[in-house]
Amino acid sequence: MTEKSTYDAASLPDLLPIYYKKLFPYGLYYRWLNYGGVPKSYFTNREFSFTLKDDVYIRYQSFADQQEMEKEIQKRCPYKIDIGAVFSHKPKDHKTVKAAAFQAQEKELVFDIDMTDYDDVRTCCSGADICEKCWPLMQIAVKILDRALEEDFGFEHRLWVYSGRRGVHCWVCDETARKLSQNGRTAVAEYLSLVKGGEHQNKKISLDTTRLHPFISQSLEIVKARFYDYAVKKQDFLGDEENHKKVLSLITDETLRTELEKNFTSKEYEENTSKTAWAVLRKHVETKKSEANYKGSKYVLEEIMLQYCYPRLDVNVSKGVNHLLKSPFCVHPKTGRVCVPIDPKKIDEFDPMAVPTISDILEELNSVEKEDSNKKTKEFNKTSLKECTQVFERFVKKLEETWKGKGKMIEQSDMTMEF
Amino acid sequence: MLIGSRTKRPKNSKLIKSGAEHRLQIYKVPPKETVTLQEFEEYAVERLKVLKAIENAGIRHIRGSEDYNHLVEKEIKKTKLAKIIRTDYSTDCEEFMIDHISHFILRLAYCRSEDLKRWFLQQELDLFRFRFLKENAEDKQKFLKVNSLDYNPISEDEKQRVLQDLMASAGRNSTTADTNEYFKVPFTEVLDLVRGRKVFLSRGFAYVPKDDMISILITHYRAHLSQQLAMTSRALPQLEEDNRLLPMLSGLSKRYLGQDYSSKKSNVGKITAEMIDSLSKQSFPPCMQNLHQSMKRDHHLKHGGRMQYGLFLKGIGLSLEEALRFWRTEFTKAMDGDKFDKQYSYNIRHNYGKEGKRADYTPYSCNKIIMSNAPGPGDNHGCPFRHTDADLLAQKLRLQGISKDFTDKIMKYTRDGHYQIACKYYFDATHSGVEEPDVNINHPNQYFDESQHFYSGKKEAKLPNTPARTGSQRSSQNTPRSQLSQNSQPTSQNTTVDDDMMDDDLCMAAMETA
Repeated sequence: MTEKSTYDAASLPDLLPIYYKKLFPYGLYYRWLNYGGVPKSYFTNREFSFTLKDDVYIRYQSFADQQEMEKEIQKRCPYKIDIGAVFSHKPKDHKTVKAAAFQAQEKELVFDIDMTDYDDVRTCCSGADICEKCWPLMQIAVKILDRALEEDFGFEHRLWVYSGRRGVHCWVCDETARKLSQNGRTAVAEYLSLVKGGEHQNKKISLDTTRLHPFISQSLEIVKARFYDYAVKKQDFLGDEENHKKVLSLITDETLRTELEKNFTSKEYEENTSKTAWAVLRKHVETKKSEANYKGSKYVLEEIMLQYCYPRLDVNVSKGVNHLLKSPFCVHPKTGRVCVPIDPKKIDEFDPMAVPTISDILEELNSVEKEDSNKKTKEFNKTSLKECTQVFERFVKKLEETWKGKGKMIEQSDMTMEF
Repeated sequence: MLIGSRTKRPKNSKLIKSGAEHRLQIYKVPPKETVTLQEFEEYAVERLKVLKAIENAGIRHIRGSEDYNHLVEKEIKKTKLAKIIRTDYSTDCEEFMIDHISHFILRLAYCRSEDLKRWFLQQELDLFRFRFLKENAEDKQKFLKVNSLDYNPISEDEKQRVLQDLMASAGRNSTTADTNEYFKVPFTEVLDLVRGRKVFLSRGFAYVPKDDMISILITHYRAHLSQQLAMTSRALPQLEEDNRLLPMLSGLSKRYLGQDYSSKKSNVGKITAEMIDSLSKQSFPPCMQNLHQSMKRDHHLKHGGRMQYGLFLKGIGLSLEEALRFWRTEFTKAMDGDKFDKQYSYNIRHNYGKEGKRADYTPYSCNKIIMSNAPGPGDNHGCPFRHTDADLLAQKLRLQGISKDFTDKIMKYTRDGHYQIACKYYFDATHSGVEEPDVNINHPNQYFDESQHFYSGKKEAKLPNTPARTGSQRSSQNTPRSQLSQNSQPTSQNTTVDDDMMDDDLCMAAMETA
């Protein structure tokens, strides 16, 4: 096992060229974005953007084929690559087209979950930091959203990617998804959103129907299964008076709230840990709800759990047909970690701290190549990138299955000359 | 396309039989009749009255409620399109023709900017919904068939299988779920229902109860009209050689919708970065005071906040140079000058039309701030009356020294969803002695102007033709509301854009997320 070297951002200019020469999986990447059963211009009209050294940002990059893309990336060594929409014309020619005629036409439906959006409910970290105590939030997000995208919306081709630092992205690549209008994307994103409100809105979830929509019930099941371990044990979310206040402020029924305030400070619960506090809370809420004169929300506990755990997605990212999002297999400049695909069904085994940095894998490559110079093995398979590249490969192959049928039809009609 | 002709149609000529299959339509086929110039204008104005009536009714009452229907009917009866609310007129009559033609005329007038398009689209959809719901079951079915939107209900077996889920998604109507007929359609056809989570989804299909089938129509109509407006707007430059139509078309929207504060040439240069702090305490509306204070506290604002506040500052007359100075001074208290220059100054220049497609973005109206782009975690933008918890809001008012009387009034209107009226009372509370019972707050820059005039002792003449509106917004149950309160046709060549800005706009946001 090679020793993990420490990553230093200053070494990026030296490391990136090697990464882009030997490790970036151009073949699979191209097979993905070239799709199948689409016009030939689908790839050539795709916008990419590069962030180069010194924060130089260039938009409207486009390539004729895999070869040109490889060449350009290797030449520029971008610190970050973003993928945009498929336009009506080649993005690199956009200045020669009338502004009104140059339109974004299709793009994958994307989601971005960012840990900073949970700062008001995390006790361990804030800002760009993450740790094993708050990472469960991402596990919950992936589970809830992946289930809904698959079971409610029928989307089959979902690529989940670790953003390299504090979140995850999802690329939905089904044809229906790619063709969605802005209206359609907003509708999907809002269907999936439960946490609503800015800095001045404390209570961000209200479940005020008598019965819960199946989507909410399903999501609650996932949250409930993980809530105790995450909120009570890891986050200790009721661990002190300040946190008691925060949680109690989510309860709208005044009598219930005042009762709980008293109970949290009573001598009966000397332990004053989240474990006892949560048990007290639940007991009192259940008792109160069964009383005849209770007029508060039926879902008090659920609202609290959801506010602490439910995925917070930025609708603005999903909404725009032309919104650019960071590409898989980029290197995150601040952490050096590779933006690796994740298997959503194995999200619980994924450890963001164990994602290799660019220095790690280049070290690995060096030592492996010394021992075994088998030129046939693809470079990324010699490193710890192997597993996530396999995730990517499975994803691409599954996509390719869907357009196999189409390809065959074209072949057949070519043969018989019947159209 | 329509032709405006100088020849007068003799009064007793027979109307061309339209051959339409239903008096209700989603305007797929342009009219072929010839009209005089006067008729052209007259029909447009009459339809505009109808759309305004729809808008006002939607502000005051919940759509679909009895009060709403009553008000809409009452107002439409006053116009020449009165007959369209009856369900017995035939497609041969004059009302049908006016309905048909006027829709297409207004398309020409309202395709020119995103704000106008959005307004027109919203009102036409609401009008359509109102009319459709009045039809009887048979005519509704006929309409669906004529537009190839008739679907078959799901089998009883299938329904039993998913009955629990259907009932859980039905909300208020869960008791009727098992007797209702259900249709299975691709979710893309009922986006309104999906957005509001009002329908059960499985594998990409929505199970729509019969009563909600109108949502399919709405989605379909919205998509169709949206596309048509975009096409019309692209074709418009080529039609512009007619000097009779152009001034009249641009006058149409100006007449009913007010100022948009796009290029306040008179003000530019008068405001400097140093003045902003004191101005904020004196004349900024609460939404902008909030953003200003958040920025001073955090030395940062998230994207939504930068847009809302930055454009407002542009509207009060802050020049690009002063704006750059202002933002840079504040932001560099928490970051490198370099970082600011690389990541944020582009955004500011973009707002002033100096980058990208160089569109001159308009400051957001109250309507836009309240209805769209709701703040999320970490955001400070939005409307304080809409986007603040009630007790926090009351507390803030008290801390600012607002009297109990005024606070109570403000809280009352806020609780009822009349955010702009609440803001008006806030204005009254902070500008003692002001007495303008009819002036309502529709735009943060308007608030600023009124405030400045108050302090300088001058009272500007009331804005022409602002009908006394309540300016209140209440959330409706079904559709997303994107109402426009004001815009006007700019006489400069720059097109004022609004939603289009999302293109480069979101790109800016994307740049920040690492």
